[in-house]
Amino acid sequence: MPTTLSSKQRLSIQRIQMPTQDAQPRSRNFKEVNLGLSQAAAIAEAQRCLLCRGRNCVAGCPVGVSIPEFIGALAEGDIPAAADILQQDNALPAVCGRVCPQETQCEAKCLRGIKGEPVAIGYLERFVADWSLTHSADLTSPVLRPASGKRVAVVGCGPSGLTLAGELVGKGHEITIFEALHDTGGVLRYGIPEFRLPKEIIDVEVERLVARGVKIECNVIIGKTLTLAELQQEFDAVYLGNGAGLPVLLDIPGENLSGVYAANEYLTRVNLMGAGQRADCATPIIQGKRVAVIGGGNTAMDCVRIARRLGADSAMIVYRREEDQMPARVEEIHHAQEEGVEFVMLAAPLEVVGDENDWVAALRCQKMVLGEADESGRRRPVALAGETFLLETDVVINALGTRANPLLTATAPELKLNQWGNILANEDGSTTLPGVFAGGDIVRGGATVILAMGDGKRAAASIDAYLQGLPSRLQKTG
Amino acid sequence: MFTVLRNELIAPRLHRILVLAPRIATARQAGQFVMVRASEGEERIPLTIGDADSAQGTITLFVQAIGAGTQKIVSLQPGSSLQDVAGPLGMPTEIETWGRVVCVGGGVGTAVLYPMAKALAAAGNSVTTIIGGRTKSLIILADELAEFCQAVRITTDDGSAGTKGFVTSELKSLIEAPDSRPSTVFAVGPVPMMRAVTELTRSYAIPTVVSLNPIMIDGTGMCGGCRVQIGGEAKFACVDGPEFDGHLVDFEGLAKRLRMYEKHEEACRLSGN
Ligand SMILES: Cc1cc2nc3c(=O)[nH]c(=O)nc-3n(C[C@H](O)[C@H](O)[C@H](O)COP(=O)(O)OP(=O)(O)OC[C@H]3O[C@@H](n4cnc5c(N)ncnc54)[C@H](O)[C@@H]3O)c2cc1C
Ligand SMILES: Cc1cc2nc3c(=O)[nH]c(=O)nc-3n(C[C@H](O)[C@H](O)[C@H](O)COP(=O)(O)OP(=O)(O)OC[C@H]3O[C@@H](n4cnc5c(N)ncnc54)[C@H](O)[C@@H]3O)c2cc1C
Ligand code: SF4
Ligand code: FES
Repeated sequence: MPTTLSSKQRLSIQRIQMPTQDAQPRSRNFKEVNLGLSQAAAIAEAQRCLLCRGRNCVAGCPVGVSIPEFIGALAEGDIPAAADILQQDNALPAVCGRVCPQETQCEAKCLRGIKGEPVAIGYLERFVADWSLTHSADLTSPVLRPASGKRVAVVGCGPSGLTLAGELVGKGHEITIFEALHDTGGVLRYGIPEFRLPKEIIDVEVERLVARGVKIECNVIIGKTLTLAELQQEFDAVYLGNGAGLPVLLDIPGENLSGVYAANEYLTRVNLMGAGQRADCATPIIQGKRVAVIGGGNTAMDCVRIARRLGADSAMIVYRREEDQMPARVEEIHHAQEEGVEFVMLAAPLEVVGDENDWVAALRCQKMVLGEADESGRRRPVALAGETFLLETDVVINALGTRANPLLTATAPELKLNQWGNILANEDGSTTLPGVFAGGDIVRGGATVILAMGDGKRAAASIDAYLQGLPSRLQKTG
Repeated sequence: MFTVLRNELIAPRLHRILVLAPRIATARQAGQFVMVRASEGEERIPLTIGDADSAQGTITLFVQAIGAGTQKIVSLQPGSSLQDVAGPLGMPTEIETWGRVVCVGGGVGTAVLYPMAKALAAAGNSVTTIIGGRTKSLIILADELAEFCQAVRITTDDGSAGTKGFVTSELKSLIEAPDSRPSTVFAVGPVPMMRAVTELTRSYAIPTVVSLNPIMIDGTGMCGGCRVQIGGEAKFACVDGPEFDGHLVDFEGLAKRLRMYEKHEEACRLSGN
């Protein structure tokens, strides 16, 4: 293995392509699309990295993963070292390596991207993380601090809560995660489908946390089963990582016809309950032959790709702007296209039209054109007067987005919220209630996995500092 | 895991199940429900908390076995357990002292009604309950309701118990007698029954509360599947309800959405799944 390559040698290596399942078969199964790199391919890709001093990529990563360091170790074939470095910076690298929008984060900043293609940081992260999943014995165990006697309650078992729990259990605190649903993972479980993020990965990560002493209690809805006030009494600190699970409705006629889903319902039925995926699953799903999905984000892409897999002959994205303005990840759009998803662009839904039995029959859409740029710099879609058309369809899925769910916050009036119902939190995660911290989508609105994790990591540091200032629980109660 | 402590058949296909769920037993108020998943792979089924004993840490569920999911729940023997019980969900019944109230229950709706009626009576209301069903064996909880109700009246379609006819005619006679006219009506049952009750009370301008049973998945406001139209506005029954002002409910829309999975359920029954 050549460990020291010249810059010229490094520059001559082509960026690796991610091997994928063929588009035709995969558009009808739920198995993972991206197959992962072989060890040889990963090492070759790692050798493309120039290990530049500027570390631009690190600045592009919301949690500042030591990218050149882990890639450098990998380039030398030292996978355990790469895994150790990665593990220190990122609690869920196997997840991030799959779902992070690297093209707008680390890889967007990569020096090699200026003249050619950036290093495939995401693929490498995934390779190293997947190796770790099966080689936990070869990893250096983090040094654990002795038990502090302090107890922390975490609300929500999504990426934010899981990250925070991992950080704080390592600092010797006793952690209990309360989750409203019957299973762990938050959006990673109920939102992102199996073919993008196999649920086994979440299971392994969760088991690892449990093995380190984190307690997870599912079926506990804070604000209903227990109140925030009760948690504050029983625990020394509380972290709110309860996400942004409240669908925004279409608010157009026909929304309540049979066959119209909000994306969260569609995704929950399939991903959390297993509808259409597992033969032994009792939860039904309307499969649809012609499925129209409204929206252009990751959620819309996930829904439309599921619809294909459930057997739709025609699975369509209906979006009011143009393709290059869709907020979904480039990879998702690309994969959807390969899988035969149709893109109906510059179309805004006006009405869901029903048949004589009040089932969806069509979606009436307004034709749009792009006008002036708005504040975000994107050209604003404007209606073409009088130009509407009917799209024949039997299932309509609304993937317009989600907002903060008020279930918890409505029962904690002292907690300050912004006008959209998101919890107001400082940079360090602290809220208007002492000892109560928050982060992830409940603070940011629908954002990304890595931002939710970053919040968890920062809040963990703040909580740790906060707890060190508190008298030990033993003294408090005794 | 939530241990089943008792499971009795109290009417054809209707079971009274006592479950150990201490936190829910403590937090619960009348009108709230739980989401129950019998075991891995099963549906999440919404069930009203019929009663609770916070000292014992138990809740009572009245479950009518109508499909695969409820069948699975009622088949559990004491000592075994339900995999998931989450709650209490939904808004509690708004309990005030109105004076005279009439509660109307149809079919398994009577089980949903039972905790509401009990709380209303405990708050000092004089409660008359009307229970309706197709035939005598489907009249449930009459004795239990009689323990705290002023009167329990029964109607059956075939006249095998109580008065022959529908709950609405019984309700109408109560409304029209000056000494039994209720100030508020509560109605829980099949959609056509609740609809008929609200039509009747509308003409007398008597406020009427109904408890809706749309299809639910999470029960926490996350999925939007349980949306119902109330006064032209979309509401999520699991968090804004399940009780609503009956005069504002779009019952037709609710009835249609309840039939969305009919074909699937039929298939389940045929395959014995
Ligand atoms: C379909 C879809 C696809 C996505 N794809 C991507 C992607 O490719 N890349 C990316 O970076 N991001 C993606 N996102 C966004 C990303 O998933 C979220 O930003 C991230 O999951 C937020 O993490 P969180 O921990 O803050 O909240 P969540 O993941 O929402 O977790 C919150 C948890 O809290 C629980 N909870 C809520 N209320 C309570 C309560 N009162 N008591 C107890 N528990 C409660 C919820 O049940 C949930 O399990 C996607 C989102 C969706 C919906
Ligand atoms: C707030 C609420 C409280 C309820 N309380 C009780 C109760 O105390 N006792 C009781 O016996 N029943 C109660 N129900 C009704 C009960 O949830 C349904 O009978 C049950 O879900 C049917 O499931 P199944 O698999 O047995 O039957 P299926 O064969 O699947 O369905 C039979 C019918 O039940 C309805 N249904 C199906 N799935 C659901 C679902 N997930 N949520 C709601 N309705 C559904 C549909 O109209 C369907 O046509 C309540 C429903 C709600 C929404
Ligand atoms: S966590 Fe995300 S942004 Fe950071 S290095 Fe990994 S893939 Fe890039
Ligand atoms: S059941 Fe999902 S929002 Fe009500």
